[in-house]
Amino acid sequence: MAHKAEDLNLPAETQILIAEAKPVDMPRRELVENNRDYNWITEKICGIVEDKTPTWWWVCISIAGLVATYTLAGLVYLVSTGVGVWGLNNPVNWGWAIVNFVFWIGIGHAGTLISAILCLLKQRWRTSINRTAEAMTIFAVVCAGIFPLFHVGRVWFAWWLFPLPNANGIWPNFRSPLEWDVFAVSTYFTVSALFWYMGMIPDLGLLRDRAKSLWRKYFYGALAMGWRNSARHWKNYEMAYLTLAGLSTPLVLSVHTIVSFDFAASILPGWHTTIFPPYFVAGAIFSGFGMVLTLMLPLRSVFKLHDLITQYHIDCMCKITLATGSMVGYAYAMEFFIAWYGANSFEAFAFINRAGGQYWWAYWIMISCNVITPQLFWFKWVRENTTLVWVMSLFVNVGMWFERFVITVTSLANDFLPSSWGYYSPTIVDIYTYIGTFGLFSFLFLLFLRFLPLIAIAEIKALALPQADPHNEDHPLNQKSSK
Amino acid sequence: MSNIFPEVANKVPRWILFGLTLKVLAIIAGLYYYFTPSYTRAGYQPVQPVSFDHSLHVKQVGLDCRYCHTFVDRSEHSTVPSSNTCMNCHSVVKADSDKLALVRESYQTGESIEWVKIHDTPDYVYFNHAVHVNRGVSCVHCHGQVDEMEEVYHAKSFTMNFCLDCHRNPEEFIRPVDKVYDLQWEPEDPEWEEQAQAFVHDWKVMPPESCSGCHR
Repeated sequence: MAHKAEDLNLPAETQILIAEAKPVDMPRRELVENNRDYNWITEKICGIVEDKTPTWWWVCISIAGLVATYTLAGLVYLVSTGVGVWGLNNPVNWGWAIVNFVFWIGIGHAGTLISAILCLLKQRWRTSINRTAEAMTIFAVVCAGIFPLFHVGRVWFAWWLFPLPNANGIWPNFRSPLEWDVFAVSTYFTVSALFWYMGMIPDLGLLRDRAKSLWRKYFYGALAMGWRNSARHWKNYEMAYLTLAGLSTPLVLSVHTIVSFDFAASILPGWHTTIFPPYFVAGAIFSGFGMVLTLMLPLRSVFKLHDLITQYHIDCMCKITLATGSMVGYAYAMEFFIAWYGANSFEAFAFINRAGGQYWWAYWIMISCNVITPQLFWFKWVRENTTLVWVMSLFVNVGMWFERFVITVTSLANDFLPSSWGYYSPTIVDIYTYIGTFGLFSFLFLLFLRFLPLIAIAEIKALALPQADPHNEDHPLNQKSSK
Repeated sequence: MSNIFPEVANKVPRWILFGLTLKVLAIIAGLYYYFTPSYTRAGYQPVQPVSFDHSLHVKQVGLDCRYCHTFVDRSEHSTVPSSNTCMNCHSVVKADSDKLALVRESYQTGESIEWVKIHDTPDYVYFNHAVHVNRGVSCVHCHGQVDEMEEVYHAKSFTMNFCLDCHRNPEEFIRPVDKVYDLQWEPEDPEWEEQAQAFVHDWKVMPPESCSGCHR
């Protein structure tokens, strides 16, 4: 909080210095603009769910549903014919399926970061975006889960991944990171879904109380689970929310760490590096915020949410994207440095081959999208140009997909023995299955927009509005020294 | 909002949870019982074209397994005999029996009798009869008391667990090599356990437990 210099009781010399430097007093930026009150927020968010279904929603969900059938068709064809319909070959045994898995699971990370870590760090600005980001997380994990599930080959035996006693008399290989992945991702999905749903209960209670048609009363009534807004309910709710935030915090780091182990625990040059866990986590948050921006900016203008999702929120998201993007850029540079410094010819070749080998185009798409794009977020005018930010967020998504492609495919295609080198390209089935997951994601997301409150109403009222705290002066905008 | 949920609705979540748990448990139990080879395979007893009575041929006639199933000790595959083998005796014994009409026909035409295969390991399993019988693993462990069967049936489950039970603890199943074809053999020596362990050690019985041991 920016206190005025004379309030701070500083030594005389310091006060003179400050008087000379004339530091700019930077006021807190408002989280809800235009002095909106409680009622406006309620009407705004509930209106999205309660108003007549807009035509664009029907158009979009029809297209999304249609596109989602690509995945269904791709998978049916895959299962009925065999994994040969994918472009996998020897030596490239991991292709688009694994790339897409890591891509989607990475996108999910922003949701947990926003809901857990930013909650514990008391970042009030998260309230405007956390609900949507959590929904995005869950739908992204759903899309992610499809790929490894079908990559096992005989999908009807996928339950063998879980340590259940079976007629084979064997357990899964607990020493394999792929097995840890099963636990990491399923835990992540469960905790994220719980967090999302539990955080929504007060708002579902609100929707229930406003419901006019009978089906709404039953629908929201059942979902609200008897929420009565009593002090005891709130006490339990707050405690449960904090507990879940505490539980999810390590998950933000652990899930993508374990995903990176899938690669790092092998001995393949280009995979076998200790930098992978932090590098993957940074990349995941980077891609997650890219996706949050991609989704939030159109939502903001379609539903006219400019007072709730302000320029301040966009700034914050851009800055996190910039920070994590820079970490990813640092990791790319460090990989090259270690490849040279480690003096291992295979390692050196793996990286030179990435940048200049048969997949050079993928590498340079990755570099330009992930390293160059976010650096533009240093500039205020870039962050304030919403269209530009949205386009750049698309680049981030593209770049992070290519990062996973580069890591997975280039390392496998050219390993130790030139005699076993190969080239991988996806088949039409790979492509359709992947495109279809965007349809599935959009389909679920559109359902979410239409039937559930897309902004945490109760939370934004309690944390973002100065009216919520008129006496204690705990709210930044109420503190005496602020403007 | 008027109260549209009756008081009993408070119990619904508990019912749902209870019902779901019950359902999941029932499904798992059902799968366990009906979908594993101990149900799907054990007990399979097809009607064979010629009703060959194993118990009669082993117990009354005193045939050794290898009289018909030649090469079981020399090959990965244990052969089903051709009708020539049957006719060694049946050209004289019960030469006119109606039950043997198919055998005689097969003998004359040279076309095989179409026996129904009972014990069938999947194509992805490599199983070698010779290495088992030559290291003291008796027929009875996998095929059951065939010497007592009037009509052969699938006695054991043939799950992977079934194979691994023995591969993990061979000393519990091994027997002297000359007793492999004696399906009635039981250890009588009180010190058999030590002897069995000695056999496993001395004969270098090292059953593979790695995937590629059987799934080559």
